[in-house]
Amino acid sequence: MNLQRLRGLIRKEFIQILRDPSAIAIAFVLPVFLLFLFGYGVSLDARHVPIAVVVDQPTAETSAFVGGLQHSPYFKPEIYGSLHQAREAVMDRKADGIVWLRADFSRQVIQGKTAPIGVLVNGVDANNARIMEGYIQGVWQNWLQQRALNAGKPLIIPINAEPRIWFNPALRSRDFLVPGLIAVIMTLIGALLTALVVAREWERGTMEALMATPVTMGEILLGKLIPYFIMGMGGLLLSVALAVWLFAVPLVGSFWVLLVCSALFLLAALGMGLLISSAARNQFVAGQIAIIVTFLPAFILSGFIFDIQSMPAPIRFMTHIVAARYFVSILQTVFLAGDVWSIILWNSLALLLMALFFLGVTWRRSRKRLD
Amino acid sequence: MLARIWALVIKEFLALMRDKKSRFVLIGPPIIQLLVFGYAATYDLNHIPYAVYNQDSGFASRQLLGDFQGSTAFKQVATIDNEGQIAPLINNEKALLVLNIGPHFTRDLLMHHPAPLQVIINGRNSNTATLALNDVNTVLMHFDLRWAQEHHWGKPPAQLVVRSWFNPNLLSRWFIVPGIVALLVLVVTLLVTGLSVAREREQGTFDQLLVTPMRPVEILLGKAIPGFVIGALEGLFIVLVAVFWFRVPFVGSIPALALGLALFLLAGVGIGLMISSLSVTQQQGLLGVFIFLVPAIILSGFATPIANMPEAVQYLTYLNPMRYFLIIVRGVFLEGDNIPMLWPQYWPLAIIALCSMAAASWLFRHRMQ
Repeated sequence: MNLQRLRGLIRKEFIQILRDPSAIAIAFVLPVFLLFLFGYGVSLDARHVPIAVVVDQPTAETSAFVGGLQHSPYFKPEIYGSLHQAREAVMDRKADGIVWLRADFSRQVIQGKTAPIGVLVNGVDANNARIMEGYIQGVWQNWLQQRALNAGKPLIIPINAEPRIWFNPALRSRDFLVPGLIAVIMTLIGALLTALVVAREWERGTMEALMATPVTMGEILLGKLIPYFIMGMGGLLLSVALAVWLFAVPLVGSFWVLLVCSALFLLAALGMGLLISSAARNQFVAGQIAIIVTFLPAFILSGFIFDIQSMPAPIRFMTHIVAARYFVSILQTVFLAGDVWSIILWNSLALLLMALFFLGVTWRRSRKRLD
Repeated sequence: MLARIWALVIKEFLALMRDKKSRFVLIGPPIIQLLVFGYAATYDLNHIPYAVYNQDSGFASRQLLGDFQGSTAFKQVATIDNEGQIAPLINNEKALLVLNIGPHFTRDLLMHHPAPLQVIINGRNSNTATLALNDVNTVLMHFDLRWAQEHHWGKPPAQLVVRSWFNPNLLSRWFIVPGIVALLVLVVTLLVTGLSVAREREQGTFDQLLVTPMRPVEILLGKAIPGFVIGALEGLFIVLVAVFWFRVPFVGSIPALALGLALFLLAGVGIGLMISSLSVTQQQGLLGVFIFLVPAIILSGFATPIANMPEAVQYLTYLNPMRYFLIIVRGVFLEGDNIPMLWPQYWPLAIIALCSMAAASWLFRHRMQ
């Protein structure tokens, strides 16, 4: 290892980066663009869900219930004259569900019987439908409570559930999506930055020229790694700043923990990119592999949006080879819960091992040979 | 003219299928992704890990805990005996929720007082927390009903009777797997077409193509057809896997899906060629594909509903072909839609396809000089 040669290589890489602005775009413009897009575009918080309300016989009892729906921030109720019309509205995707109060609703309520409230939801988007059911349950419970209060009687529900939601009491989905997003974005950037660079040298034949010089393979790889590492960290800091200041995600844990873990993750991501790049030796193939093995798994298998616990066992096992999984866990914990060492240490260890593995394999595979 | 296009199509297929690596990239990963994502991309919770802190020694709390143990949605992972143990369980994600039953639970219930039950939930993933809380409420509701009946609490004045259409058990796989058809078809089409012109430019073979008697339109068609064919074959394959492997019901009309897929492919090919004609190097082409693909997936309604987005962003989604195709594919699979019902989705797709194709051919000619 010769520092002077290494410095020369790094200088060459930086000059190349400056000459072709696409690398700068990847490192700095892409994260901002993606964070804006995801931060504003991805939300699981249903608000103002259009819902069709059918009241067969309007009375004081029914208007109290419908009023509850109208006052809920989750619903935008629309009154329909008949169940048939409401069905049409659901079919035309104008409403996501129907609440149906039958003709004998008030009579049954007053007589002390239990009146059925028909709830029909469009189950195509199953997650949304479940969330909607929960909201309707909330409206129903409020209505019961209000009735009991008006009658001066205690609520007749035996168990009074008191949820305590830690780390995100308002259940803002943005608070858990934005930190996870940083992991997805950095995966992408790390792989894109490096996947193409070694492949480019092979394709243009400049790799052969490099081999004819006294530089060692390790120096070539370090010469690629260091400049892109610096750029990647820059992109990362930018993303964290946006998350905290623009999206107002609380950063409960320490910034330094975040920084160290990010560095480990970036090494793993860049290492994977270098491995793909030196294995493919062709920009077309390297680029396609980079998209396929990094972005989509980071999106779906990292726990960024889909809960890993709920996946079938073989898939859960597979998620262990996705570096983003560890980083998502660290980010969600450091941002929302604070420095929980048992989570941070184990996941950092996994990231470190992955970084060592990818860089080690790349280094071993890269020999000064032309075949 | 047809013979010339045909020759170019064959040449494109040869270029794509020539070496083992690029052949594998087109065929292997989509299949692996389909299987992995089909199983992994689910919002449904099962075996929610929970812990119990029961300070009550009466029979009511035991009955309630029995209900939780009997539910397949929950899996008890710990029983704790002091409050200090709650925080480590939640912090370390050992348990998603802790049920904290107060010391007077049974007594309260027997005296006809509402008994408090504290549910401490890890809110790191707000969606999981919401769904888990819904599941807790379902168990509590059943308990309440039974208890009220057995101990003469009186009936509630009204009860919700919930039914869901098209997906009675609310399996999110039925929602996600048809979405994967749209996702993978778009990825493959863009990868095939997005780099095709740039590759020739970089390798210098583009100039050779230009001096042949082929007209620009013919070259463009020659580049478009392979992307369309590969995308169509992969789309067909994924639909078959969705129906026969994942057992997603297919209740709509096949021609409706075919028409939608064809229009969607045309739009994808057009956009891919547009990116390709704009870029000089493959790296730029790849970057272009990415910059289009990621927003297209995020703003399509694939994983999160469009209705939850800010209004301005919702308008932006009207430019996204995947938005329309997702409605088509889910409508045909689950809701039994046919061609007339999907008309509002077809025409925007057709317009996007036309505009992108026209733009691609203009850029193609424009960039040649």
